[in-house]
Amino acid sequence: MAKADNEVRINQAPPPDREILRMEKKKALKESLTGYAIISPWLLGFFVLVLGPILASFYLSFTDYDLLSSPTWIGFDNYVQILTNDPRFKTSIIATLVFVFVSTPLKLLFALALAVLFNTGRKGTGFFTTIYYIPSIIGGSVAIAVVWRQLFGRNGAVNDILDSLGIAGLNWIGNPDTALSVLIILVIWQFGSPMIIFLAGLRQIPTELYEAASVDGAGRIQTFLKITLPMLTPVIFFNLIMQTIGGFMLFTQAYLITQGGPMDSTLFYALYLYEMAFEYLRMGYASAMAWILLVLIAIITIIIFKTSSRWVFYESEGGR
Amino acid sequence: MKKKNGTLSDIIYYIFVIGFGFVMIYPILWMIGSSLKPETEIFGNAASLIPGEWLWGNYAQGWEGFGGIGFDVYFRNSMIVTTLVVIGTVCSASIVAYGFARINFKFKAILFGCLMATVMLPVQITLIPQYILFHNVGWVNTFYPLIVPAFLGGQPFFIFLLIQFIRGIPRELDEAAIIDGCSKFGVFLRIILPLLKPALVTVIIFAFMWTWDDFLAPLIYLNSASLHTVTIGLRNFMDADAGTNWGPLLAMSSLSLFPQFVLFAFFQKYLVQGIATTGIK
Repeated sequence: MAKADNEVRINQAPPPDREILRMEKKKALKESLTGYAIISPWLLGFFVLVLGPILASFYLSFTDYDLLSSPTWIGFDNYVQILTNDPRFKTSIIATLVFVFVSTPLKLLFALALAVLFNTGRKGTGFFTTIYYIPSIIGGSVAIAVVWRQLFGRNGAVNDILDSLGIAGLNWIGNPDTALSVLIILVIWQFGSPMIIFLAGLRQIPTELYEAASVDGAGRIQTFLKITLPMLTPVIFFNLIMQTIGGFMLFTQAYLITQGGPMDSTLFYALYLYEMAFEYLRMGYASAMAWILLVLIAIITIIIFKTSSRWVFYESEGGR
Repeated sequence: MKKKNGTLSDIIYYIFVIGFGFVMIYPILWMIGSSLKPETEIFGNAASLIPGEWLWGNYAQGWEGFGGIGFDVYFRNSMIVTTLVVIGTVCSASIVAYGFARINFKFKAILFGCLMATVMLPVQITLIPQYILFHNVGWVNTFYPLIVPAFLGGQPFFIFLLIQFIRGIPRELDEAAIIDGCSKFGVFLRIILPLLKPALVTVIIFAFMWTWDDFLAPLIYLNSASLHTVTIGLRNFMDADAGTNWGPLLAMSSLSLFPQFVLFAFFQKYLVQGIATTGIK
């Protein structure tokens, strides 16, 4: 009886693993569909607002397009024109590179120095880090651009202070030699957020390392150079990448404070691109400029990544 | 690190930190101080922080704006845009993050790669085609181009931040809820969303601040002065009265930062944590 029962069951039921497989497939499909439904807002946004525009931008970069008539295909003309026959492109690249490569290291230097100082565990650190962080929050606002224009203006506060010290003031914003530095100072002033990231990194360094170093009789400078700095290199690397990329895209402050001038001395790339696209309505040309910017940023990021294996120290080699 | 020769180094430390801190917030104090100065003092007594004569009228005069459009309009517009962007970001970013963190769907790895790639993508690449797109659907000179993207996931960075946070929530909670008969969406509403609160606060604050501050998008998309946000309003004010009306201009500048100061005062812990753990901005 029992045996027959068994046989019947075996005959009736299909091989169990196939059944399970099919059910699992069905379940996976159902989960896939649920997944797509759940991420659908982003999916729609990605295709319509990101991927589509990226492809469109690439296409437009080979056309002449003024928004009014339909785009006309002109092949590589935009790129050739930009790279060989546009003096303002060259000016803007140089201004941007100088700006990025001066402001980023200085900003990170301030951030690191203050983070190390705040990590000495004295009272009131929380309060001071907050104060130092405020410029990072509002530094990109129009209000601060207004302030900067007056502070560094001919009759502004900076000249007033210099005057009282017996130093003759300058027309900081109106002078092509100093206009760039006004913007560099503005960016360095916002070192608060990389500082907080550094501070978080410093707190991750195990205290045993410092104890071991002090047992071995290492001085402060030696401890900093041999322990703090190497342990912090991943954070330095992260900040370097983020701040460099951010630097390339600075627009608002240059647009408002110096308007790219005087004599194009602060004509940052993002500013020139905006001018091309939305003032001259040369959408194709500006799209080609955007792709050149992307390539430039990619090259610089890759260079930083490539060199990172030489100077970024990871505790566990398998990690990250 | 305990220091041995305490007091002297302490004194140097505090003098430096306070002195340098003063330099750091000087421009902000200057802005607020000068917003109460009469015109002559802003230039005649440029560096001072305390007005010789307190002129509250700057605020009233600035509030009137110019050309018939006052800052009440600009503030209202900024409030509308910012509120809707924050709502859109919170709704869409949290559910999308849940999808990426907890549900297995086909091509998830590739799509996640796409998401991460867009975090670093320069805005300039998509700016022009997006403008053309919105131009073609007739959305230029409306708030839609500023608001709709927020409902479609918003800044990919926020999604990433929330994914990281959800990954830290124990999966056993989801599983228990599913055994109790919850659907995937139910798990999100009942389990994940309540636990996501601290991360959402960070997202709300940053979304608010970035949108409130945003200059480029309103500059491109909003033509009519009656639609302008505070940032564009300030720019108009600055251009219209170039160098002639600094008191009211600085008064409105100070006022434009007021919402950010309030947020900062109440939520600075979230802000600082947000940056420390994710490295935003």
